[in-house]
Amino acid sequence: MDNVQNTMSKEEALLAKFEEKTAAGEAIEPRDWMPEAYRKHLIRQMSQHAHSEVIGMQPEGNWVTRAPSLRAKQILLAKIQDEGGHGLYLYSAAETLGITRDEMIAQLHSGKAKYSNIFNYPTLNWADIGAIGWLVDGAAIVNQVSLQRTSYAPYSRAMVRICKEESFHQRQGYEIMAIMMRGTAEQREMAQDAMNRWWWPSLMMFGPHDTDSPHSADAFKWKIKRHTNDELRQKFIDKTVQQAEVIELTIPDPDLKWNESKQCYDYGKINWEEFYRVINGHGPCNKQRMDHHIRVHKEGAWVREAAEAYKSKQKNKSINLN
Amino acid sequence: MATDTQLDSWEVFMQSRAGANFIHQGSIHASDKKMALQNARDTYSRRGEGTSIWVVPTHEIAASDPDDAGMFFDPSNDKIYRMPTFYTMPEGAKNI
Repeated sequence: MDNVQNTMSKEEALLAKFEEKTAAGEAIEPRDWMPEAYRKHLIRQMSQHAHSEVIGMQPEGNWVTRAPSLRAKQILLAKIQDEGGHGLYLYSAAETLGITRDEMIAQLHSGKAKYSNIFNYPTLNWADIGAIGWLVDGAAIVNQVSLQRTSYAPYSRAMVRICKEESFHQRQGYEIMAIMMRGTAEQREMAQDAMNRWWWPSLMMFGPHDTDSPHSADAFKWKIKRHTNDELRQKFIDKTVQQAEVIELTIPDPDLKWNESKQCYDYGKINWEEFYRVINGHGPCNKQRMDHHIRVHKEGAWVREAAEAYKSKQKNKSINLN
Repeated sequence: MATDTQLDSWEVFMQSRAGANFIHQGSIHASDKKMALQNARDTYSRRGEGTSIWVVPTHEIAASDPDDAGMFFDPSNDKIYRMPTFYTMPEGAKNI
């Protein structure tokens, strides 16, 4: 009985010390004591973030062979390589919490781990590549800028690095849209069509409204999150509307209106039924994205096996030399 | 079938320009030193961020325990005479 009480009070003391640190805005490093719920929340959030970067390469990869110019193709390839790199930063950072990369990939394949819903939508024409860079990366940047100050230091460091690289992504997307809007009537129509299809899913990227957000309370107390879903969504809308106006794209929301007293835009109702339908596997591309990842992972197994075989061969060689 | 592996973990340190300190960047996976250097370059220096890279197997890193930081760093806390401001300089002395 005494032992139980001792461990309880020890745990409580550690928790109190941890919460004092996070409340004071101090960073938490991998070897610091942390509550299990903090570790679990971060593994869920960071692996989802990493998977999103990697799955996000697929809708863009769809256009590499059909990019309209060599310049556009080079840029798209570089951007896709960055997304892969961002996935790697995040997998590495998540591994410091004690989960292995094999486990994270297995969780992705089994459906236990999610990735951003937005990548379950198809890229139907070249303007979609513009819309992804401008809107999807634009929304991701708003979220990631906020996460630069997250309490878990390896996550924060990965975010700083990612934010430095993302502004190229957003600018190249906006440039595609701007060029198409200066083009033929047909090109303008394609750009507007992409805008119409990507606007609402981009707003959904910030997650449910604060009143319906299931993971929030501890995340705020422990400073994993610094801003609410609705705050970040508002920030994204407020900065994007002006950019759309400059290139004469129409935001597909009849209720969008500047609110003078609140100094921000009011916007229409988000279709959360669609959001949950897509999250639960019924979006246009869920199956395609996952099948592709599983297939490529399996097809690449021989490369990893060959690398391991080479490693043990080199090891044997150096033993023989000694 | 052999068990799937994501290869070994390596820590990456990079120098941003000749003469600067090598700074920890994060980690990568690779099966040998050569692959580790190439993966480190592709992951952490896509925009000319580095001029030189060190890679070290993650399991070879020894790290101090943050819980013992007080005790571990204590020897350096009470020697204020290591600071230049500890000393009183004669009035009027210059360039010291």
